[in-house]
Amino acid sequence: MGMTITEKILAKHAGKSFVEPGELIMVNVDMALANDITGPVAIEEFRKAGAEKVFDREKIALIPDHFAPNKDIKSAELCKILRDFAKEHEIVHYYEVGRMGIEHALLPEQGIVLPGDVVIGADSHTCTYGALGAFSTGVGSTDLAFAMITGKCWFKVPETMKFIYHGKLNPWVTGKDLILHTIGDIGVDGALYKAMEFTGEALSYLTMDERFTMTNMAIEAGGKNGIMEPDDVTLEYVKKRAKRSFDVFKSDEDAHYSEIIDYNVEKIGPKIALPHLPENVVDVEEAQGIAIDQVVIGSCTNGRLEDMRMAAEVIKGHKVHPYVRLIVIPATQQVYQDMIKEGITEIFIQAGAVVSTPTCGPCLGGYMGILAKGERAVATTNRNFVGRMGHPESEVFLSNPAVAAASAIKGEITHPQEVA
Amino acid sequence: MKFRGKVWTFEDNIDTDVIIPARYLNTTDPNELAAHCMEDIDPDFSKKVSRGDIIVAGKNFGCGSSREHAPLAIKSTGISCVIAKSFARIFYRNAINIGLPILECEDSLEEITSGDKLEVDTDKGTITNLATGKTYRAKPFPEFINEIISAGGLLSYAKKVDNRCTQ
Repeated sequence: MGMTITEKILAKHAGKSFVEPGELIMVNVDMALANDITGPVAIEEFRKAGAEKVFDREKIALIPDHFAPNKDIKSAELCKILRDFAKEHEIVHYYEVGRMGIEHALLPEQGIVLPGDVVIGADSHTCTYGALGAFSTGVGSTDLAFAMITGKCWFKVPETMKFIYHGKLNPWVTGKDLILHTIGDIGVDGALYKAMEFTGEALSYLTMDERFTMTNMAIEAGGKNGIMEPDDVTLEYVKKRAKRSFDVFKSDEDAHYSEIIDYNVEKIGPKIALPHLPENVVDVEEAQGIAIDQVVIGSCTNGRLEDMRMAAEVIKGHKVHPYVRLIVIPATQQVYQDMIKEGITEIFIQAGAVVSTPTCGPCLGGYMGILAKGERAVATTNRNFVGRMGHPESEVFLSNPAVAAASAIKGEITHPQEVA
Repeated sequence: MKFRGKVWTFEDNIDTDVIIPARYLNTTDPNELAAHCMEDIDPDFSKKVSRGDIIVAGKNFGCGSSREHAPLAIKSTGISCVIAKSFARIFYRNAINIGLPILECEDSLEEITSGDKLEVDTDKGTITNLATGKTYRAKPFPEFINEIISAGGLLSYAKKVDNRCTQ
């Protein structure tokens, strides 16, 4: 019997020629990632275990991005723990404020994660790198400590669900809308413990940035990983960045899937997820007119250059609604610089938006845009749980960058065609 | 392990932002985390819990973030174990890794109500409602996970399999 791309990558990293769903395996990891929230816990566990050396200083990435630039004294202490550990162990991929970006945008952009890799990260959105054809998944801090010591992580080989996207995308429909539609269809535990393999001709038209958005949100359906087979778009993206060799894996024709779900994307319009679960997905038209107080364009889900271009295209020539705060957060310094070069930053500032340095900040209710009681935000982020962006009685609506930008102009949830 | 405690029920899809909101993630102090556990849906939860109490929840418990602070916050309130119809996968790993006993049980947990007293035997995988006398059966753990649990967590297990940990 054939194997899926997920099974092939796991088999190779477990030193086996074949694995099947349900099998428990120990795999070698190519990159182990932690941030300023999860890293200090992992470092404490590393020390408690009596470890003195990391398994490979080139295969660990430590990125202060959640509450950095430091939001308060406690966060400053956490970032310091990360920094001191990076110095002590001469960690190659430590990125200081000024060079750092949101981890899941930064690592692919810098060519640190590549097709065929096994990547684990003490952050649930580590599943993002699946867009490159890598197996990547979120773990906790203790798993991360174990990997920093041994270079290994245990996994149960997941069953794979295959999602096939047919047809051509409608205007204003992006990878974000496809993944929101999918989560709305299968629910927040629809892919629990499973691999989500995304395929179909519609995806071949998506840029890498849109593909990252899709695999990023696999976790919002409970998935272990989201993955796509590399194609020409992937290879063009990777070849410019890779500083080491990599493996391209594809699923076998006779690979086994626990379920195959087909979508005709021509029937999918721009979507929005209503509070308080990412599965509460409706067409933007159904939520049109709901008054909002804040818009956030950024995060590991939608803070890349293509996202900024799309939002700027909508915003250009308009002003942000007088009683709305539009907060734009480029995911990396490179995105920030490219925005300046392309005149995108100026478009946002002219419209009355604030453009921030890279940070996860408001996405998880950290800082840089916390909501008061009763306030509503449209965000290009990934979660709209109770209290996610601030007060437990505030609300978050998840959308693509064009819907977010249009809503910022009108002060209410708006379809981009209304303003473009 | 055997536990006897009072039940606190929760619905489906209890996420990690509810278990411990991110605004408290600038600390790793277990007592401080415990003080804010579940506060966005039940502000007095940590004050009401008695040592040994048991959480009984619906499906997909612990969905969302990878924060290990979530099982740590629950454990530090004094909760002895969490029983759910299913767990989100990162929470499942984290709970085992830090030694918070969890049991997955697809049986009719909705019959159990807040305030009932349960007796749980994690070795046998049995959950008995002392209020009704009814016994439910949990899914057994794979052998490998039992090894991690009996070693006292992942890093104690690591000491057995990798001598770099014990240098």
